[in-house]
Amino acid sequence: MAIRMTKPWMSADEALSRLHGHLGVFQLADADGNVLFIGFAGGRDIYGLKGVVADALASHPEATQVRYELTTSYHTRYRELLMVHVADHGELPMEIPPIRLGKLSPA
Amino acid sequence: MDLNLTEEQDMIVGMVRRYVREEILPLELDLDPDADELQPEDRERLVEKTKEMGLYGLDIPPTYGGPDIDLVTRTLIAIEMSQHRAGLYAPCYGTFGGAGLAQLFEATDEQKEKYLYPTLRGEKRGFFGLSEPSGGSDPARAIQTKAVQDGDDWIINGGKLWISGADKADYGLVFARTDADKGRNGVTCFVVDTDTPGFHVRRIVHTLRSAHYATELQFEDMRVPAGNILGELNRGFAIANDRLTRQRIPYAAGCIGVAIKAQEMALEYVPQRETFGAPLSTRQAIQWMLVDNEIDIRQATWITLDAANKANQGQPFRKEAAMAKLVATEAGGRVVDRCMQMFGGLGVAKDLPFERWYREMRIRRIGEGPNEVQRHVIARELLGASLR
Repeated sequence: MAIRMTKPWMSADEALSRLHGHLGVFQLADADGNVLFIGFAGGRDIYGLKGVVADALASHPEATQVRYELTTSYHTRYRELLMVHVADHGELPMEIPPIRLGKLSPA
Repeated sequence: MDLNLTEEQDMIVGMVRRYVREEILPLELDLDPDADELQPEDRERLVEKTKEMGLYGLDIPPTYGGPDIDLVTRTLIAIEMSQHRAGLYAPCYGTFGGAGLAQLFEATDEQKEKYLYPTLRGEKRGFFGLSEPSGGSDPARAIQTKAVQDGDDWIINGGKLWISGADKADYGLVFARTDADKGRNGVTCFVVDTDTPGFHVRRIVHTLRSAHYATELQFEDMRVPAGNILGELNRGFAIANDRLTRQRIPYAAGCIGVAIKAQEMALEYVPQRETFGAPLSTRQAIQWMLVDNEIDIRQATWITLDAANKANQGQPFRKEAAMAKLVATEAGGRVVDRCMQMFGGLGVAKDLPFERWYREMRIRRIGEGPNEVQRHVIARELLGASLR
């Protein structure tokens, strides 16, 4: 599995039509592909990725693209995506709940 | 050996049991089923509580401010602390504190000032860097990371794998080969600051433990002062080995605690759940599973307490610790598996903790030395040290 998410971007409508109640991680981006938000659907999210992506899109009207990965390792993959984003861009794309993030220097 | 708990042990065990049931279990109702951290405000509140209980920093020696509690009692506490969903790898979410890296208690005064005391105060974090891509079960031979002396410094090149917490650590213990011809007597332990040029956390390794990851490290011409050698040059393997042996007892205790909780849940469930007009508890197939669970739990408990008792009395306990790790990890896996079976579909759902315990318990047969290595250690003790 690549450290950086490599799944294709798709429109919000297409993503919502494809998504179901799966566990996994996702990213939202603007039309230029700038990542605006990174999130995950965990074991207590009733509608899984479909529900949390819909909620995130509602909170980020500037987001026009979505990509996602289905994974049961949603916690560790979520943290990995945050750390990689910091390694690549120097900062997080959004405010996150208080978790202690590590530091990655991917090759 | 007196098999009865002392009055003090009984009191402490009861106190920890109440703490888990009244403080930890209610919080888990709202946490993600794979969570391994509490919200910061909950953690702070509960750390204050364990300090009031006099049980914070259980594994810290009294000379460094820890409570003076013997190893048998600490093992009993560890069994209680793991009796919740995250209990196997995050017992009570760390609210009882930890000793950090116990190897630092043997450090020089200067090293203690820089690394040990800040760690005990919660200001610094460390990691333990032993396993490599070339292997972790036989570190004395598998270590390929090299340290070469250059004036007053050592230059380290190589890598580590399966290292917990390195991405969040301020420093780590890194074992490197300093003499290629001396096998286990050619390994040295260095204390390495993670902001040292050439230190890289290259990637996260995702595992069955969905809330916790390991890391892969790379060292590129990493310059470390000779003053950062922990212990003696070429004597690092003894440091690693001591840690591995001691760690096996609490490792076993965690498995026993989870097994006890799983069995408790099954005992509560099977009289209520009916199939074909009768409670599950009336079915012999179910009764035998419960009986086998109970026997597994008791065997593992006594073998683990025996190891703790020997260590507590200063007797050799390598064989006993290996037996505890071996028996408790395998027994714990069987108990959780049987309980899952009794709960049926609910057993595999994230609504209940069994699926998490099942995944995490599987790792226990590999972590802290695979069970095949434990059997090797026991056989070596039985047959003589020359066994290879």
